[in-house]
Amino acid sequence: MVSESASDSLIIAGQAFSSRLLMGTGKFSSPAVMAAALEASGSELVTVALRRVDLHDPNDSVLAALDCSRYRLLPNTSGARNAREAVRLAQLARAAGGHTWIKLEVTPDPDHLLPDPIETLEAARILVAEGFTVLPYINADPVLARRLEDVGCATVMPLGAPIGTSRGLKTRDQIALIIAQARVPVVVDAGLGLPSHAAEAMELGASAVLVNTAVAVAEDPQRMARAFRLGVEAGRQGFLAGAAPENPRAQASSPLTGFLRDSP
Amino acid sequence: MTSELLAALADYPPERIAAGMEAVSAREVRRALENPQPRPGHLLALLSPQAAPFLEEMAQMARQVTLRRFGRTMTLYAPLYLSNHCINHCTYCGFNAARDIPRRALSLAEALGQAEHLLSQGIRHLLLVTGEAPARYGLAEICEVVEALRPRVASLSVEIFPCDEGGYERLGQAGVDGLVLYQETYDRVRYRAFHPQGPKQDFTRRLEAMDAGARAGFRSLGVGALLGLTPHRIETFYLALHAAHLRKHHFQARLGVSFPRLRPVSSGTPTLHPVSNAELVQAIVAFRLLFPDAELVISTRESAPMRDRLMHLGVTRMSAGSRTSPGGYGPREEDAASGQFNTDDQRQIGQIAEAIRAAGLDVVTKDFDPAFLAVPGTGP
Repeated sequence: MVSESASDSLIIAGQAFSSRLLMGTGKFSSPAVMAAALEASGSELVTVALRRVDLHDPNDSVLAALDCSRYRLLPNTSGARNAREAVRLAQLARAAGGHTWIKLEVTPDPDHLLPDPIETLEAARILVAEGFTVLPYINADPVLARRLEDVGCATVMPLGAPIGTSRGLKTRDQIALIIAQARVPVVVDAGLGLPSHAAEAMELGASAVLVNTAVAVAEDPQRMARAFRLGVEAGRQGFLAGAAPENPRAQASSPLTGFLRDSP
Repeated sequence: MTSELLAALADYPPERIAAGMEAVSAREVRRALENPQPRPGHLLALLSPQAAPFLEEMAQMARQVTLRRFGRTMTLYAPLYLSNHCINHCTYCGFNAARDIPRRALSLAEALGQAEHLLSQGIRHLLLVTGEAPARYGLAEICEVVEALRPRVASLSVEIFPCDEGGYERLGQAGVDGLVLYQETYDRVRYRAFHPQGPKQDFTRRLEAMDAGARAGFRSLGVGALLGLTPHRIETFYLALHAAHLRKHHFQARLGVSFPRLRPVSSGTPTLHPVSNAELVQAIVAFRLLFPDAELVISTRESAPMRDRLMHLGVTRMSAGSRTSPGGYGPREEDAASGQFNTDDQRQIGQIAEAIRAAGLDVVTKDFDPAFLAVPGTGP
């Protein structure tokens, strides 16, 4: 049992984070709204889509709104259709901004943005060999998670439900298997729509969660970001506290057959 | 592959669609709204006049779907007309070969100058447009412009004459990432009447081009029908069949659907089958429900007030500051006259961006990266 202490940090590739909520930066109504939501979330690790930002442009509206002294930027390869494209994007991010942490997304299907396991593994192998810290977005596949750990990924990031669906932890049983066997942090990424979904993932033992759409399209993104922060904290505390075991059978407080034992 | 689509279109002659829409019940509309799928029964229901009483409900649903899939954003692009030479005789078009207008093809330097006008205002998604006259302005000229522009823009699409797969591969290698090609009308009989002369007479060749472009690897495929040429409900039914065909066969490409309402060219051809605002909105929100992830596109053909409303109704991509003639972005005033069609929303790019922000949406000028393309000079 892990005890509650100040040292309950999320450690990724040797770097400690006090927040277990990772945030995305897409879909917000303005860079200012995004910045306010990030602040309310308490997140320290935020992902930006390389397809959307221009790392060469100091006035890029998304990058300009991010205080890089407070957040570690995690560029993602969203839009890459295969390993080759993802690797090239990552290399350009490193050349342009010195970024060596990469959220690896290989999503050939622009509709559901489901990750391609074969290309993801291949890209991860290449990027790790080139010295990147790789955080791959994957379907909730325990075998693939193992394979990605084996090639040296810093985390695995299984989806709870397809991106943008806000449907919650539809892959709960698979994620539980991934958590049970993982030697690296497991970050539940995509599909979480409510703070209670985030809490559920954390109670299950996830190391962290990543949220974007649920906050960005909420009527009050700042408040929703705070709610997710609290959901993540509650779930984490619930996990650390060690929940009372569920009993699948009923235990009536007034047994119907107790009289038989009481009888002489 | 295209033969499958041709068969699907042939399976639904206009009379069958009209009769099918006539027979739709409120219950069928309700059922389609519970889980909209791009199959004929749902298309008939959601595009029919019987769905009109459900318009507000459909609009609310479309807004929710758009928010979930695209967030609070609007992507801007602008057309860049390279040449108005054309050997076709499309009866509705300002570039019709029979029309006596100044013909012009931009030099490379002129094309880059036009692009500069757009880039300086923040536009990073360009649509290159030409008429069909490959002998005067063909793939070689277009590729030259593409190669010069590629390092400076996020995304380059073409709206040009139909090509075969080899031609599209050539464009792709030069740095084009998206293909836009409107069938104009999917009604084969009417198609012939609107395209009396020139290679565009060939309905099948035009339809095949989109599949060829997809096979050549373009990342976005844009389809559309010119609304107003024919009864629009029938036309949008066909358009949805085409969109569904592309989703099924080319899962790696992003689908874009445009809703150009016919506008008079300078000579003033009357619109044969006018489409009301309510009818346009119904078509757009129906497509949003049927194709949740498609880019839905509105050009400056529509008025500023209409576009400001459509921002909330499923549209995710808009052109801005458009001029529809080669050289139209200046400096020669005579180039701005005689466009392919008249635009209505005449606001400057900055004013449109301001209107988008006022609507609570973020203006996206870059939603692609040249790194996705294996273009010499852009890769590491």
